[in-house]
This record gives sequence, structure tokens and C-alpha cells, in this order.
Amino acid sequence: MILLVVEYANGKVSKSTYEMITCARELGREGGITALVLGNEVASIAAEVAHAVDQVLVADSSSLAQYDAELWASAVSQIASEGEANTVLIGGSRSGREYSPRVAIRLHAPLLEDVISLRARGTTTIAERYTYLARVTEVIETDGPLVVVTVKPGVFAAAGPNPIAAEQFDVDLTLPPRRLQITGKTLEKSTRISLTEADIVVSGGRGVGSAEGFTRYVEGLADQIGAAVGATRAIVDAGWRPYSEQVGQTGKTVQPKVYIAIGISGAVQHLSGMNKSKIIVAINRDAEAPIFQIADYGIVGDVSLLVPAIIEELRK
Amino acid sequence: MRILTVLRQVLDAEETVRITGNIVALEDSKLIMDTMDEYGVEAALRLRESGADIEVIALAVGPARVQEALRTALAMGVDRAIHVETDLRLDAIALSNVVAQLARQEEVSLVLSGGQQADWDSHALGAAAAERLNWPQVTWTNALELKGNSLSGKHDVDEGSESFMVELPAVVTTQQGLNEPRYPTLPNIMKAKKKELRRESLDRFDTSPSVRFIGAEIQTKNRLRKIVDGKDVQVAASQLVDLLRHEARVIE
Repeated sequence: MILLVVEYANGKVSKSTYEMITCARELGREGGITALVLGNEVASIAAEVAHAVDQVLVADSSSLAQYDAELWASAVSQIASEGEANTVLIGGSRSGREYSPRVAIRLHAPLLEDVISLRARGTTTIAERYTYLARVTEVIETDGPLVVVTVKPGVFAAAGPNPIAAEQFDVDLTLPPRRLQITGKTLEKSTRISLTEADIVVSGGRGVGSAEGFTRYVEGLADQIGAAVGATRAIVDAGWRPYSEQVGQTGKTVQPKVYIAIGISGAVQHLSGMNKSKIIVAINRDAEAPIFQIADYGIVGDVSLLVPAIIEELRK
Repeated sequence: MRILTVLRQVLDAEETVRITGNIVALEDSKLIMDTMDEYGVEAALRLRESGADIEVIALAVGPARVQEALRTALAMGVDRAIHVETDLRLDAIALSNVVAQLARQEEVSLVLSGGQQADWDSHALGAAAAERLNWPQVTWTNALELKGNSLSGKHDVDEGSESFMVELPAVVTTQQGLNEPRYPTLPNIMKAKKKELRRESLDRFDTSPSVRFIGAEIQTKNRLRKIVDGKDVQVAASQLVDLLRHEARVIE
């Protein structure tokens, strides 16, 4: 079977899960697609994902109320060995990326990280992935009865539902104690559409001038067109914006239909998080800024004058 | 106690990536210590400077040239270095085997490694080494403090950040924002030449790549690059909106 670990947030199955289901369907290995739901009070998540897979396994336990890399790795590897999985698919989220290597080591399996395509040829698995800060696409392959894969978010189309819902089974797991103690949490909640799920992203960099400038130009434009907002590392470090909005090497990777970069010069580290966007729009004062090299549309000029004029134009 | 800080030598992010045959060509390009790993070297030095009795060991696995990165670490203040020599391209799962064996052999309590590799864009080394050692891990840290045997700090998670505490031994991954790495001074560069840089062969670690690299190609999406001058604000704004509405058809 292909075992797929369900990602969810705020009581709903995440888009990344449906993308993984597409990846699993295209891979088409024998044994069908089994979704594993880990967490506490996750019945509604299990019921939702049942419409898109062949089987759902649910580990619903108070000890899984909070994510932990060791617990998740232990749970996933137990299920994968008991179910004799041939492929384990894990989301390319921050958490998926940090527990998936542990799963691979536990299962003595190779790990294919952040894949953008996945094919099977017998027990050989072939994948494409981005390297060199997303400037190169590499083809890699590995052999063996079992492979652990993380799937890059925003690449595969979201899978549609099956005609009938899959059966759900509860599973019991032996879990290790938590060794990493979480003593505090800063959650960054946004009322806007999530950055990795949005069709349009408006992002700001130093060129917006200040935190107030970001609100006026970036959020102003985002609100006008129903977009998510993103930010560069520089302005997150400056405290203008929360980390959850950061796009780039150390932040989120996005691949929206339109990415509008306002006052962003385009450092390689930022570009690696957005250069796969379908259409890139740049507004920047410096005509030599690297962002214009990868832009489809752009204006060279003063952000503080141009963006209000664009918002005004959109209202017409 | 001992800290093992793992570093890799990568292409400078400012350099243009070139492909020869079907692999990325590194000859004649500027190679540097991966900046993500540099934060780990700096973090180790700061933990040592905070007063604890700590020896800091830097480790690099790769061809002879990676000794340059180790020399940089030694010049920053690392006590000694280990170079495991190989021309093989080891993926993170294979590399973690070397890291874990050396961590045991050197009896270290803390392994530091960059959160993401700037060449293979992999995030797996820290976690894979932690699992092999059966140690806990903390990824993407942006603050670290050592009290006795407890390491506390802050790290980034999917939707925000967390404060944490963990008893050593542990593996910690580092990133931009954790600290400002120091530049090696000339006297320290001179001193570094006398520090121990031990060479080992990969053979004794019994590890081999678990993934084969078949080919590489540079991503070039043809962009339209319709860039207009914004001197006349109204005209430029209406031009752009018109293009987005009627040519790209991406907004209403």
C-alpha cells in the first residue's frame, strides 16, 4: 500500500493532503492508498479524507494532541511496517520535513525529499526535485521495497473525491515519551487566506518603507483582490511582519497563479520560495533589481505612488 | 562537554549555477561554508563562551576542498576539525550515518547542523542523525541557551514559533536569525593553521548513497518581462491592471 500521512489545520484537511493524494494516484503502486490520521479528536478529519482514498487509519489519542517529531516518526513507521507499505508519503511542511528523515531511518528506507514528480518502475522510484535554492531541477532514483517521500506543497493538483467513502479503522500505537518539551507557543493567526493555498499572493520587501507602508500597500492591495500576503526575510527580521508570512529559503514556498512582489529586490533566497509562480509581477524603484529578471509584468517606480494608483484602478 | 558542528561547502548563493553534462559544475565557482551551517558554528562558539567547559569540533564530509570550510571554522574559533574524505555524493540519509558514528566516537552531547543545505535543498541531515543516535531533535532554532545539561530556546514551526527545553544529548538545526556569525580575524586565521585537522577515510564508516542522481537541468521559465516605466504613475498603473485583467486574465 501507499501510506499517506494526512495534514490538516483548523479542523479541515489541508490542500497539501489532496495534493499528496494526486501524487499517490499518479504513482499507482499496488495496494491502494491508505490515509493515516494522527491526532486527538480527529474524527471529522478522518471522515473528510475518506472520500478521496481507499482506506483510512485513525490514531486518535490525547497523547497525539500536540505534534512531536519523535512521536509522529514512531507512529508512521509502526503503521508502515505493519501494513507492509511500499511508499510512505509525507507533506513537505516544516513538520513533515523534520519527522520524515526519522521515519526513513527507522524503516531502513531511502528518503526522497520535496518531490515535484514521482514515478514507479517496479521497485525503483524516480523523482524530480529542486536543488541549488530551487534554481536546478534534478532527477533522482532509488531502489527498494520501501521508500519515504516528502511531497512539495503547491505542485500537484488537488485530488477530487471518489464515488464512495473509504472504510475507517482505529489503530493502537505504542508511543515513546516526549523528550522535547514545548514551554510556550506563539501562533500567528491570520484572517486572510493561507499563503500556501492562495491563488494570488501579494508580498512586500524593504521597498515598502515601513511596517505602516506594508499595511497600506501590500495588505491594501491584497484586500482589494482577495490575496494572501507574504514578506521577505529582511522585513520579518526587522519585526515588521510575522514569520508565518515569510516566503523564501527559510520561510514558505509558494506557487500561486500570480505573485505580486512590492518593493522586493529579489535575493536568491527569496526567489527560491516563489520563482515557480505562474505569473510574477514586480513593482520596484530599482530597474536593475533581480526580481525584474524573472517578472512577467512590472513597473519601475515609486511603490508609495504606484500601489495606491493600482488599487484605485482596480476599484474602477 | 563536546559539541559537534557539521558543515558543508556549497556554491555561494550569489554565483550563477552552471551545468556541465548533466551535473552542476562547481569548478571555477566560489564555494563557501553553507551559511546555514555557519550559524551552527557561531552557536557552538557562543555556548562555549557562555562559560561552560566545552570543546567544539567541526566535521565536514567531502572532497579535499572541503578543508577550506573547516579552516574557516577553525579560524572562527572551533577547537579542532575532522575531515572525512570522499568524492561520493552522499545524500542526507547516508551522510547522517557518518555524523552519528563520529558523534558517538567523540562522545559529543550536542550536534549542530544547518536547517537546509544550500546545494541539495535538503532538510534531513539533523533529523536523520538524531534518529540514528536515538536523540531528540530541535529544528529551525533562532535562540539557544545552555543551563547545565538543559538546552532551551526558540524555534520555528509550521504556523509560528515555540519555546522549548530539552535535555542533552540532542541534535539542533540552525538558521538565519539565530546569531550573527563572526568573521575570522587575521591572528585567528594564523592560529587556526596550528589547530588539529584530522583526516579520515569514508571506508571505515560503511556508508553509501541511498539515492542515485540521474540528471540536472537549470530551471528557466520564459518570463514575459513586460516592464514599464512608472514615471507617469496613472498611466503605468492602468497599463499594469489592464495587462493583468485582459492579457494574463488573472484578476477581475
